[in-house]
Amino acid sequence: MSIIPAPISRFFHKTASPPHFYALADKLIPWLTVLFLLLLIPGLYGGLVMAPADYQQGDSYRIIYIHVPAAWMSLFIYVLMAIMGGIALVWRIKLAEVMLISSAPIGAGFTFIALVTGSLWGKPMWGTWWVWDARLTSELILLFLYLGVTSLYGAIEDKRDAARAVSILALVGVVNIPIIHYSVEWWNTLHQGPTVSKMDKPSIHISMLIPLLLMAVAFKVYYAIAVLQAAKLQLLKREASAQWVKSLLEKPQ
Amino acid sequence: MSLENFFAMGGYAFYVWTSYGLTLVVLVFNLLSPVVQRKQLLRQLALKQKREQP
Amino acid sequence: MKPHRKQRLMLIGLMLIGIGLAATFALKAFNENLMYFFSTTDVVEGKAPKETLFRLGGMVVKGSVQRPGADLLVRFTLSDFSKEVSVEYSGILPDLFREGQGIVAKGRLDNRGVFVAEEVLAKHDENYMPPEVADSLKKNQEPK
Repeated sequence: MSIIPAPISRFFHKTASPPHFYALADKLIPWLTVLFLLLLIPGLYGGLVMAPADYQQGDSYRIIYIHVPAAWMSLFIYVLMAIMGGIALVWRIKLAEVMLISSAPIGAGFTFIALVTGSLWGKPMWGTWWVWDARLTSELILLFLYLGVTSLYGAIEDKRDAARAVSILALVGVVNIPIIHYSVEWWNTLHQGPTVSKMDKPSIHISMLIPLLLMAVAFKVYYAIAVLQAAKLQLLKREASAQWVKSLLEKPQ
Repeated sequence: MSLENFFAMGGYAFYVWTSYGLTLVVLVFNLLSPVVQRKQLLRQLALKQKREQP
Repeated sequence: MKPHRKQRLMLIGLMLIGIGLAATFALKAFNENLMYFFSTTDVVEGKAPKETLFRLGGMVVKGSVQRPGADLLVRFTLSDFSKEVSVEYSGILPDLFREGQGIVAKGRLDNRGVFVAEEVLAKHDENYMPPEVADSLKKNQEPK
């Protein structure tokens, strides 16, 4: 009665086993780091040097190259966390719990970056650091959701219980994601509408769009590296007394 | 484009460079803090293991 | 899929639907409060509050900006492409304030029906392009 064929299911179970995943992360991280730099350097050079100044906003718009990718990541990571939460609740896979809790500080970091750079962009352009419009307020709530996930996990002693509680919180909070995305369309906001994800074509000049997309992919790869590093730590914490950790310790570091 | 112009960012230097600087700090912190914590944990676990099985 | 897993999956699905519905109703109920500003049509149709502070958003009508004195007083007209409202403001305008741009002003209506602003924020659009491209776009549009 399984919907997933046995070989694929076996593959997932093997990859998701803590020792196997720990070794896989070690192998992936150097490659991902190289890929990250290959995206980041042209992205930064393109955005800060090559791209022309904006016809309305001059050079201040260059904040877009971190603000928008960070804001995208803040939504993307939360959705991933909710999916991990669902998997953790239904299939009780330890790795899903570990990935969920490892993602929270990184997501909080991106949300914080999106809020602060938005503020630093808003001051010269809008004339204010902060307004309580629907977009800014819902993004602030997202930051509290991320911080809530981390502190709830820390507050519950038994980590299996903690992971279950956090999974539910991640799933409940996911309702905020469409609200953030559509806030600029559903309500009058000071924040402008979407630029890149418009249905027809992005209303940003190609010379400005390319570095933006490079930075967006670079941030995704950064997340992959950071979450693997964090997951390695969480796996060690959860599995401290397991045999694979003991044999890991016997190997010369 | 001169280097001076580049750093001046058309008069928006404070806003642009503060944004990039803060982003760098947050991203580096989130990348390094698990690495540092893991090294500490491994050291603790290794010590414990030595004590338990001499 | 094992039955107990299927059951848990359905529970999660039901939970998400429930939360989604609750959020939709809550947002519908508070819809007015979530609007950051009133449009000029709202003001002309009398939907905006009288004698209290509120925010008014719209586009600065081309050619409407006047500076009658040597002080900071500015008069301009805001429009949402349907109805127009006159605005008076005395203070420093944000860098992006210009004719044809969207703004959000906070203030109140006086008895002449003029919106006296205490604060003006610029609302920039979602278009980004180099100045040369903007110039050539303008040139192409003007002869029409």
